[in-house]
Amino acid sequence: MKHARVAFEGSIHEAVQVEGGIQLTNGKIVQENNVVWLPPFVPQTIFALGLNYADHAKELSFNTPTEPLVFLKGKNTLTGHLSQTVRPHDVTFMHYECELAVVIGKTAKNIKEKEAYEYVRGYTIANDYAFRDYLENYYRPNLRVKNRDASTPIGPWLVDREDIEDPMNLQLRTFVNGVKTQEGNTNDMILSISQLIEFLSSFMTLNPGDVILTGTPKGSVNTKVGDEVVTEIESIGCLVNTVVAER
Amino acid sequence: MRKIIFKQQGIPQLKEGLLDIKKNYLIMNERKNKINELAFDNPVSGTVYGTLLNYEGSFKELEQKMYEDPYKEPPKAPILYIKPINTFASAGSIIPLPSDVSKVKIGAALGIVFGKTATKVKEEEALNFVLGYTIVNDVQIPHTNVYRPAIKEIARDGFCPIGPWIVKKGFVKNPDSLFIRVAINGDIKQENSTANLIRPIRKLISDVTEFMTLYSGDVLLVGIPECAPLAKAEDHVSIQIEGIGVLENTVKKEHSLVGERL
Repeated sequence: MKHARVAFEGSIHEAVQVEGGIQLTNGKIVQENNVVWLPPFVPQTIFALGLNYADHAKELSFNTPTEPLVFLKGKNTLTGHLSQTVRPHDVTFMHYECELAVVIGKTAKNIKEKEAYEYVRGYTIANDYAFRDYLENYYRPNLRVKNRDASTPIGPWLVDREDIEDPMNLQLRTFVNGVKTQEGNTNDMILSISQLIEFLSSFMTLNPGDVILTGTPKGSVNTKVGDEVVTEIESIGCLVNTVVAER
Repeated sequence: MRKIIFKQQGIPQLKEGLLDIKKNYLIMNERKNKINELAFDNPVSGTVYGTLLNYEGSFKELEQKMYEDPYKEPPKAPILYIKPINTFASAGSIIPLPSDVSKVKIGAALGIVFGKTATKVKEEEALNFVLGYTIVNDVQIPHTNVYRPAIKEIARDGFCPIGPWIVKKGFVKNPDSLFIRVAINGDIKQENSTANLIRPIRKLISDVTEFMTLYSGDVLLVGIPECAPLAKAEDHVSIQIEGIGVLENTVKKEHSLVGERL
């Protein structure tokens, strides 16, 4: 099943995808273009991976990290499908990052790789924009690059774990104004989903609602004001965002 | 007397009371209570952001290296990190010492608690968005390299005791001049003051909200003073911040905690 959270007629609803639209928990079926899309789950801790695809690490001229490069993001960063993300005036390089997002479903501590999927609730798509002009070499990528308001569209759907046969073999694509600019496959991840869960839960407790953005493959290009950026993952969906100017 | 906001252990709602720090009692519901007879839960529910290198002394410790690889130059904007929810703990709680380390660094931090959504705030208006101040023990596994985000060192379970309460803004005359003292097993190990901040509180709020929003309930830690003391298993740690109170916790080996309150 594909789950969403939407605002409709002044209320926030949980909803599922059905034939002919989306069904709210009160039974009502509405059209996708009549709702405001919110992040498809209520987020707790947000983890993100840097350099978790070998080809992207090479593109940024980094050696494969010896320890996973994990950073945290605040809830201020998340925004829904069909949202807008601001490109600050002074930025010369703002790029998208299409990422498979893994949502945790139960409390996890010291979980071994082979049982890791039992702790996964489902999957969604994240576009973890980076503003490279603000990079500094302290706790890099620093929060000025990765923690800007509404800089991480996520959604539209949270797809149940059971519905994705092999999350480690999904095609990812990004289109800017209809032109394909990024393509990769989750099978190129350096640390797999189950390895990431084992790693993180080895030193901290994961809670329901935690989400792991698993990194992006090569092909991150600059985006400008007015660009429509579509990040797409096979079997999960298509996440649309527009880059807008700072007011 | 100062007005505080607190969460009594086991009661989900925040309460207000009047605190007499010197005489060590708290008036709530018109009744006088001795502080040491009360138990407090963490009064904070939002995101906790830490600030790196914001004390002059801690900046100086790294300054030589800032011109070398991998840093290349000193930081320009505030460098922040997040203490996620699994790290949250309350006054009096146990700080779990992970089995792979023998000591943890005690990070004595003043926490600015926000009361209103703060985005692109001007320095002179910064305090309008503040609800009050609390004490945070930003516990970390010691690490000198700050090139990559150190979540394994910063984000361990129970590594962020907060409290015992929030002192309301109007009762803290000058948050940029608060004396801080850390004692371990009763011995004074560190003394400093928020007068030594590179970005004083208003400036820090302004520079941080230039690039991200802080919401009501979020907490911004002003930084950790240099020469932060280390604590080992069974150590009793107390952080005193002038005008705010004392936050006390005990370090215990993580694997000995099964069945105990974390």
